[in-house]
Amino acid sequence: MELILDGIGRTIALIFTLDREVLTVTLLSFKISGCATLASLIIGIPTGVFLALSDFPGRRLIVSVVNTGMGLPPVVVGLFVTISLWRNGPLGLLEMLYTPSAMILAQSVIAAPIVTGITIAAIQNLPSNLKLQVRAMGATKLQTIWILVRESRLPLLAAVMAGFGGVISEVGASIMVGGNIKGQTRVLTTATVMETGKGNFETAIALSLILLLLAFGVNYLLTVIQQRERPR
Amino acid sequence: MITKQMLTRFTTLAATLAILIWGTTVLAAPKTIILATTTSTQDSGLLDVLVPLFEKESGFVVKTISVGSGQAMKMGEKGEADVLLVHSPDAEKKFMTAGFGTTRRLVMHNDFIVVGPASDPAKVKGVSATDALKCIAQAGTIFISRGDNSGTHAKEKGLWKGVGISPEGQKWYQETGLGMGHSLNVAAEKKAYILADRATYLALKKNMALEILVEGDGKLLNIYHVLEINTKKWPKVNAAGGKAFADFMVAKKTQDIISRFGVDKFGEPLFFPDAGKKPESLGL
Repeated sequence: MELILDGIGRTIALIFTLDREVLTVTLLSFKISGCATLASLIIGIPTGVFLALSDFPGRRLIVSVVNTGMGLPPVVVGLFVTISLWRNGPLGLLEMLYTPSAMILAQSVIAAPIVTGITIAAIQNLPSNLKLQVRAMGATKLQTIWILVRESRLPLLAAVMAGFGGVISEVGASIMVGGNIKGQTRVLTTATVMETGKGNFETAIALSLILLLLAFGVNYLLTVIQQRERPR
Repeated sequence: MITKQMLTRFTTLAATLAILIWGTTVLAAPKTIILATTTSTQDSGLLDVLVPLFEKESGFVVKTISVGSGQAMKMGEKGEADVLLVHSPDAEKKFMTAGFGTTRRLVMHNDFIVVGPASDPAKVKGVSATDALKCIAQAGTIFISRGDNSGTHAKEKGLWKGVGISPEGQKWYQETGLGMGHSLNVAAEKKAYILADRATYLALKKNMALEILVEGDGKLLNIYHVLEINTKKWPKVNAAGGKAFADFMVAKKTQDIISRFGVDKFGEPLFFPDAGKKPESLGL
C-alpha cells in the first residue's frame, strides 16, 4: 500500500517538475502511437469501406481474416517485423530496426485490422436503403462512398479510440522492434518494464499512471467530439 | 478534378522524398552502433553512465539492446550487432573459435552470489557454492533459474553439472525466462533461492527480502569481455564503430569510472576493472 502511495507521489513529482526523461518518453509514446493510428486509419478505412460495399468470391474469408486480425498478438507482430527488418533480412536495406519508424510499422500492423474491422461493421450497420437513396439522387460512386463514411463517423471515431488504445498500451512488439533505447525508442510501456526490472517500483508506477492519463486524455477528447454529434 | 499534370507532380514529389529519406538513413547508418549486452549491465545502471560518455567522445550513437548473453551472442553470429559486452566465458570461446568475432578483450569482473530468504530453510549460509546447491536440491526448496541462456544461466547450469544434479523438471526448480532484475523479484516473492550477479542484486536490494547466503567462492567469478564482430561473414557490420566501443571499454579513463561506479550509492564498487590483465590472474 505504501508503495502505491509512494508511486502516486512520484507521479505528481515527475509531472509537476516536468522531468526531462519522463517528458521525452511520454512525447515519444504519443508520437509513435499517434503516427501508427494515423497510418492504420489511412489503410483501414478504405479497406473496410471496400470490403463492406463490395461482393466477390472469398470476401467472407477476407472479412474473417480481418476479424481475427483484430486480436493479433503484439509479440507475434513484433517477432515477424523484427525478423524482416534484420540487417540481413528481407527488408534489411531500410536499416529501420531499433528506430521509431520500426515501432510505427509494427504498431500499424496491430491497429490496421482493428480499424478495418470496425469500419466494416460501421458501414454495414447503416440503413440498407441509404445507399439506394443516395444513388437515386444522382450521386456518383465516389460521392456515395463519401456520404456513407460521413454517416458512420461516430462508430469510426470508436475505431480511432480502439486503434490508439491498442497500440499505446502495447509492449511486446515495441520492445522487440524498438529495443527500448534511451531517448530514441524508449516509450512509456517499455520504460515501465525496465524500471520494474531495475527494482524502481515507484518510477514504474508513475510511468503507468502517466500512460493511463495519456490514454484517458486522448479518449476523453475523442469522446467529447463523438458525443457532441450524437443523434438525439 | 485530378489532372495528369497533378499526378506527374505528385509522383515526382513522392519519388524525391523517398530518395531523400533513404539517403539520410544510409548516410546516417555508419554513425550508429548496435551494442548487444546482458541485462546486468543495464539493470545495474553502468551503461547509463558509460554510453553517453562514449557517444560524446566518439560521435557514434549507440543502440543498446539489453538481452541475455546467449541472445546477444546469437545476434553477433547473425551480424545483427556490432559489438558485444557479455559474461559467458565458455560460450564466448566457442564464438571466437567459430570465427564470429575478431577480438575478445577482458573488461571487468564481479562475482555471482547465492541469495535467498533470511530464514534459510536449506541451511546454505556460509557453505561453498557446490554444497549450497546440494543442500537446496536435498531440501527441495524452490530455486529460481533464469532459464534464458544468459551468462548467469550458463554459470548456474555449469554449477549443477559440477555437482552431478540435473534440476530441470524437478518440482522445486522453476525457470523464469526473464532478465536478472525480474527473476530476483520472482525469487523474493516466492521466498526462493537464486543465483544472481552482485551488481544487479545490490541495485535491487532495497525493495527485496533476499539476503546474500553464499559468496566469495572462487567458482562464482563473473567475468565480462567485450567482443568485436567479424565483418568477413557480415559486411554490413559496423566494424569501426564496434572497435571504437571496445577500445573505449578498456581505456584507462573508462576503467577508472568502472572502478568507482556504485561506491557512492552502495558503499562498495559493483564491478572491478580488469583491462589488460591476463586471464590467468583471475584464475581462468
